[in-house]
Amino acid sequence: MPQGAHIVTSFEDELRALDNKIAEMGGLAERQLDRSFQALNTRDTILAEQAIASDRAIDKHERELEILAITLIGKRQPMAMDLRQITTAMKIAGDLERIGDLSKNIAKRALAVASEPRPKQLMGGLGHMTEIAQRQLKDVLDAFAMRDAAKAEAVWRKDEQIDALYNSLFRELLTYMMEDPRNIGLCTHLLFAAKNLERVGDHATNIAETTYFLITGTQLMEDRPKGDDTGSTTIPGR
Amino acid sequence: MVDPLTIPHHNGANGAVNGSQSKIAARVAAVDCNVYYGDKHALKNVSVSVPDRAVMAFIGPSGCGKSTFLRCFNRMNDTIVGCRVTGKITLDGEDVYDPKLDVVQLRQRVGMVFQKANPFPKSIYDNVSYGPRIHGLAADKAELDQIVETSLKKAGLWDEVKDRLKEAGTGLSGGQQQRLCIARAIAVGPEVILMDEPCSALDPIATARIEELIDELRLNYSIIIVTHSMQQAARVSQRTSFFHLGNMVEEGETQQIFMAPTDKRTQDYITGRIG
Repeated sequence: MPQGAHIVTSFEDELRALDNKIAEMGGLAERQLDRSFQALNTRDTILAEQAIASDRAIDKHERELEILAITLIGKRQPMAMDLRQITTAMKIAGDLERIGDLSKNIAKRALAVASEPRPKQLMGGLGHMTEIAQRQLKDVLDAFAMRDAAKAEAVWRKDEQIDALYNSLFRELLTYMMEDPRNIGLCTHLLFAAKNLERVGDHATNIAETTYFLITGTQLMEDRPKGDDTGSTTIPGR
Repeated sequence: MVDPLTIPHHNGANGAVNGSQSKIAARVAAVDCNVYYGDKHALKNVSVSVPDRAVMAFIGPSGCGKSTFLRCFNRMNDTIVGCRVTGKITLDGEDVYDPKLDVVQLRQRVGMVFQKANPFPKSIYDNVSYGPRIHGLAADKAELDQIVETSLKKAGLWDEVKDRLKEAGTGLSGGQQQRLCIARAIAVGPEVILMDEPCSALDPIATARIEELIDELRLNYSIIIVTHSMQQAARVSQRTSFFHLGNMVEEGETQQIFMAPTDKRTQDYITGRIG
């Protein structure tokens, strides 16, 4: 529904501040994800340290957003779209904060494998996962900013892609570890990194669901296509 | 002992229509209701069904027609010179404008509480007993005492006034006076209670007391409340109707109206926006 302006302009300003905070947090999360993977990919320890340190900024934004949202609820007794905007802002901020944490964790792995070899295929697989996760995140942040429900739903449906990549990378890493036990250290860290990327995809999907609810007032109900079957993947017997 | 809630409707001397007991589900409904004040078309083709044992809220900006519509259900618009009502208003399926229907009986069955508490210039006891007395609802003083006590208890006022029933009703606080008016309405055994901004003149604590009372009353009555507070409508009602410029724009489950209204005018009003 096209919106008019609130009669009380300070209410209008406060809601806009919420949107701006989400946009800022989103930008920081995107940058963090990018830097963390680059650090892992190129074994760049300085970049890794930078990525780890910048997580604090995202956390600070989340705390500030929470205070702003709670104050708005108490002060304005919001209804309908405004109420949805405030509660979804809190949820989305939580998801973005987790994306920041997961990225930070990837950067930590970069430090751990700094002196290890760089197997092209495995790093290529991780790179591909990262690209998709980044695209999902960018698309969902755009959907939120433009209040585009169709775009949000599209992101929600695409989570399968990352899950499928994660499945195959999981198997590849197992194979690598079985071939030579000296690979186990590196592969374990890469496995965690892959898991983190898969989780980033999940959080992007959460943001998509929440954004859809914000715009339409209805919840996406069907079982989302879920592709992660690593929970039941076993090592073939020797 | 006479419980005002189970007083059967008897065929009075003026030929009241319905001989059924008041415990039958009371539903009020309007079909294509229009109200005119002289040439001014104040209410335009409103149709709505008010559920039994539930609260329906009428919300909307000043002058939208919600109080005008409320007054149709107990024919209070009859008292306004130049006011004309068309369409069909029914109580339990009976047309309230049926010439065979006794309008005094109608107002017993459809009680009303107003924005400014208006207790009679009588004692607390007499305020509550007046209605039952003129309707002949009590056989003797003991029964009348019982009706008064029960009504004041149901209105949540008994404990505060039981030792001073002879004192003037107007000597009570605003919130107490309003509860006295509710007791007065309940005393004659209504099926429907109409409330026109009952808490507008009350402080937050008195308001909370009335809202608690409404939660209890709706177990036994059909209630329509006109209110300026969206939050109050959201708190106390199960269904809500939004009025704008004489039209009923949207009607539905309260939860849905306040979470995700379908009409832009509804959303603009409840969120405080100019369209």
